[in-house]
Amino acid sequence: MAKVPVQFTLNGSEKAEFIDSGTTLLHALRDKIGDTSPKGGCHQGTCGACSVIVDGELRLSCLTLAETCNGATITTTSGLAEGGVLHPLQRAFLDTFATQCGFCTPGMIMAAKVLLDHTPNPSREDVVEALSGNICRCTGYEPIIQAVLTAARGNSQNAA
Amino acid sequence: MALALQTFATVKDANAALKSAGTRYLGGGTLVVRAANEGDVSVSGLVRSTDPALSAIGVGAGKVRIGASVTMAQIARHPDLGALAGAARAVGGPAIRNMATVGGNLFAPAPYGDFTVALLALDATVATDDGESPLETFLSRRGDSPAIVTSVSFTLPKAGGLRFLKVSRVKPKGVSVLSIAVVLEQAGDGTVSSARIALGCMADRPVRARAAEKALEGKTLDQDGIAAALVVATEGAAPITDPIASAWYRAEVLPVHLGRLLLS
Repeated sequence: MAKVPVQFTLNGSEKAEFIDSGTTLLHALRDKIGDTSPKGGCHQGTCGACSVIVDGELRLSCLTLAETCNGATITTTSGLAEGGVLHPLQRAFLDTFATQCGFCTPGMIMAAKVLLDHTPNPSREDVVEALSGNICRCTGYEPIIQAVLTAARGNSQNAA
Repeated sequence: MALALQTFATVKDANAALKSAGTRYLGGGTLVVRAANEGDVSVSGLVRSTDPALSAIGVGAGKVRIGASVTMAQIARHPDLGALAGAARAVGGPAIRNMATVGGNLFAPAPYGDFTVALLALDATVATDDGESPLETFLSRRGDSPAIVTSVSFTLPKAGGLRFLKVSRVKPKGVSVLSIAVVLEQAGDGTVSSARIALGCMADRPVRARAAEKALEGKTLDQDGIAAALVVATEGAAPITDPIASAWYRAEVLPVHLGRLLLS
C-alpha cells in the first residue's frame, strides 16, 4: 500500500513521517514517532487511555486517523515536563498518589490539562465531568480528582 | 489493519467514491474506526469530505440547520442551541464529544445514538445530495442508501421546549439504559395539544412512541392526565438486550422515567 506523508507539531517539535493510509494517530505516535505516553487500552473509544490534545481539544488517538491531523498541533503527556521539571499536574498526581499501575495516567492528565486550560478554578463536579471519559481500574478515582483539584490550586508542592 | 483514506473537497465526489465496495464514510471516527479496530473486515476503505458546508451551523427565523460534520461539543457550546445542549452532552465523554458528529449519530446503533432521539422528537429533516426526508423515514431505511448525509434541520424549540432524559447506570458518563426526548405543545388551558415522544434503546434505532403521544392529547400534565400514556408507552417497542440491561428491564422502567420527564 502506498505510504502517505503526515506532518504535525508534537510537543513543540516538527514531526514528519510516511505512514500507511488509515493508520491511527495512536499507532503513528507510538510505533512511528516513538512517543509511548498515549496508551492503547480498548481501541474502542471507551477507556480514554489514548487521549491526546489536538489543536487544544481532547481527542482519542485510537479513533483518530493520523493523516487527518496534518498541520495540527498535538500535545501528549510526554511533552509536559520542562527541563526536567514536572508539570504541576504530574507533580500533583505523584503527591496525591493518583497513580497506581499508571496505565490510565497519561490519558487522565491530558483530560485534566484541557480542563485546567479552559477552567483554571474548576469545581469538583467540573473535574468529575472532565474525567468522565477516562477509566481507572486501580484508584477508585478519588485520588485523581484530588490531584486535579490540587494542581488547580497550585499548591501541589505543599501537599506531599 | 490500515485502511486507505480518500479525502474530497466536495460531497459529490465523496459520494461517487463511496460506490466502491467496502468503502465507508469517515465522520468523527467513533463508529467506523472503532469498527475497523474491532476487526470489522467489511471496511476496506474510508472516504471523507472537507466541504465547509458540512461543518456549518445556521440559525435564523426559528429554524436550525446543522451540518453533518458538526460535533456534539460544538452543539453543546453554541449560544443559540441551548435547548439541545443537554442532549449533546449526553453523548460520550469530553473526547468523544469533540469527535462524534451529528451525521454519525444518525447511524449509531442502540444503545448509542442518544442525540438522534432528541432530533426525532424535534421532527428533524435529514438532507443528502439526493434530497431531504423526515428523520423518521430516514431511520426506517437507514443504511439502504449510501448517500452522505449533509445536514439535519428542525424548528428551534423555545427554552425548555425539548425535554430530554438519558438514563445510565454510571454517572456522569455511561451507556444508555434508555433515552427519552419529548416535545409538547400545550393549549391555553394547559392541556396537551400535541406531543412528540422519541425513545432510544426501545428498538435497534430511535423510535416514536405514537400510542403514548396520542394518549396524551387533550390531557393535563399531572399524574392522572399522563396515566393512560404511560400504560401504552412501550406499545410497538422491541427493546434491545445488551450487557447494560435486558429488554424486559428496559420495558419495565420506561414508563417510570417517561412519567418523571413529563411531570418535570
